[in-house]
Amino acid sequence: MSVLQTSNLSYAVDGMPLVVDAGFSLRTGELIALIGPNGSGKTTLLRLALGLLSADMGATSMDGKPVASLTPVERARKVAYLPQARPLVWPQPVRDVVSLGRFAYGAALGRLSDSDEAAVSQAISACHLDGFEERAADTLSGGELARVHLARALAAETPLLIADEPVAALDPRYQHQTMRLFASMARVGRGVLTVVHDLDLTLRYATRVLWMHDGRIVADGSPAETFTSERLRNVFGIEAEIVRNGAHIRLDTFGPA
Amino acid sequence: MNRPVSILLASLTGALVLSVALGSVPLPLDRVLAALAFQSSQGDELVVWQIRLPRALAAAFVGAALGMSGAALQGLLRNPLAEPGILGVSATAALFATFVLYFGLATAGPLVLPSAAVAGALIATLLVALAAIRTRSVVTLILIGVGLSSFSAAIMALLMNLAPNPFSLADMVNWMLGTVDNRSFDDLVFALPFMAIGAVVLLASRRGLSALALGDEAAEGMGLDLKRQRLAVIIGAGLATGAAVALAGAIGFVGIVAPHLVRPFLRYDPARLLVPSSLLGALILVLADIGVRVLPTDSELKLGVVASLLGAPVFIWIAARRKLA
Repeated sequence: MSVLQTSNLSYAVDGMPLVVDAGFSLRTGELIALIGPNGSGKTTLLRLALGLLSADMGATSMDGKPVASLTPVERARKVAYLPQARPLVWPQPVRDVVSLGRFAYGAALGRLSDSDEAAVSQAISACHLDGFEERAADTLSGGELARVHLARALAAETPLLIADEPVAALDPRYQHQTMRLFASMARVGRGVLTVVHDLDLTLRYATRVLWMHDGRIVADGSPAETFTSERLRNVFGIEAEIVRNGAHIRLDTFGPA
Repeated sequence: MNRPVSILLASLTGALVLSVALGSVPLPLDRVLAALAFQSSQGDELVVWQIRLPRALAAAFVGAALGMSGAALQGLLRNPLAEPGILGVSATAALFATFVLYFGLATAGPLVLPSAAVAGALIATLLVALAAIRTRSVVTLILIGVGLSSFSAAIMALLMNLAPNPFSLADMVNWMLGTVDNRSFDDLVFALPFMAIGAVVLLASRRGLSALALGDEAAEGMGLDLKRQRLAVIIGAGLATGAAVALAGAIGFVGIVAPHLVRPFLRYDPARLLVPSSLLGALILVLADIGVRVLPTDSELKLGVVASLLGAPVFIWIAARRKLA
């Protein structure tokens, strides 16, 4: 059981508050969707939670220990991070990019242990990249590249995964496949927190939803509890109706409010 | 040892032997080997041990230092055009060395000149790296390097303008153009420790360069200590480049050409690139120095001039072909 716990996080740049008094917990067994409009502070919150940014106020801890007290390698073995910006400079083969996910275990390219090799192969299969292993990164499509980066994060085999818009470049089929992969990870006892812009995917797969608006977390709960027409109007500025059909919830979006 | 490294090592050894054999008095191979083993005439031993071997080794070490620094800087800044020469590091180091010569401080001790060059290189590397990390723009980075180079060149020109006599003027020209002519084992001994420490620092931190291929943020998330990594590359490249400049003056483009040529054979991995890049850098400069000596020109061409003549077109070619990022 692993837990990433953050509380009362605040962060401002040049007096502009980006995150205000935000706190959440991510446990193994959960698939959390972090949703909110552009510029609501989602990425900043993730970076604060991982300790990549130091917060002005508030605390973030991993399994009870402050994140700042962990070495970068210790932290990286507990939680993998897939950032939104994924610049690739060198036309490296797919297998090598994915192998970088084993960095925190001391792996160096060209010298992978058996367990490193196994983790890399499994991540490649999980992201449907079989047959792409030796393709150069600069010959891939945007969606293929996104899956390579996801495979890199999965190869770390951490209890927790934090992903920033992992499905943004994917076509509908791979969007569902990726979310389904996250859901199955959560079922077998890993924890995933992912930024998603697609509300239908959120409704279908997330076990919990964090709503973010103007740097604050304005709601935290299951999709059934937190999805209301009023909240969609306040947070996203859209006019939508929640259609409940037994346990199943659907969204009928009309347009901007 | 992998194949690129073995091939490069063999070629470098061959080139060094060739470099000792060729010159105004060509020595056949058996006489070279005899002289190297001190089993030959005094004249042969003098030519080999006092003139040709230190010169060949100087070219090799300078090339190795520049090749490795270039590869490491390219890995850190994620830019195939980053190189001590382009980024203004060599020019600043040469400027600091010239200052020391100009004001006659070099006579104070044999370590003054290399220390000054290393200090200049460290300051320039730090400036450029800080700017690169702040702006994250490839173009800005290159422009800052161009600015730094031009500024150093301007001050250098000023010093030349004010040069008290033709001898110091000739000295400064040598620094600006770069040459390994007349190098002795003493020169090597005082530059090598800086190079060695720089190389060790770069090699010890090379695994982090692989992680940086995915960007600063992902690398940090993967467990890389970003601050330490940056510091290691800045110090390592600064020491190695500074020592190279102390030995041979400002020689450009080796740090760009060498990594670029070996990259495809190492699956574009920035970490595995360091050793082959330094070997190829050494090979390039040893061969270029042979060319400089063998070409029948009235006054000997400067090594740095030849390096730029060969390297600048490659730079333009890489810049024009860039695809990713």
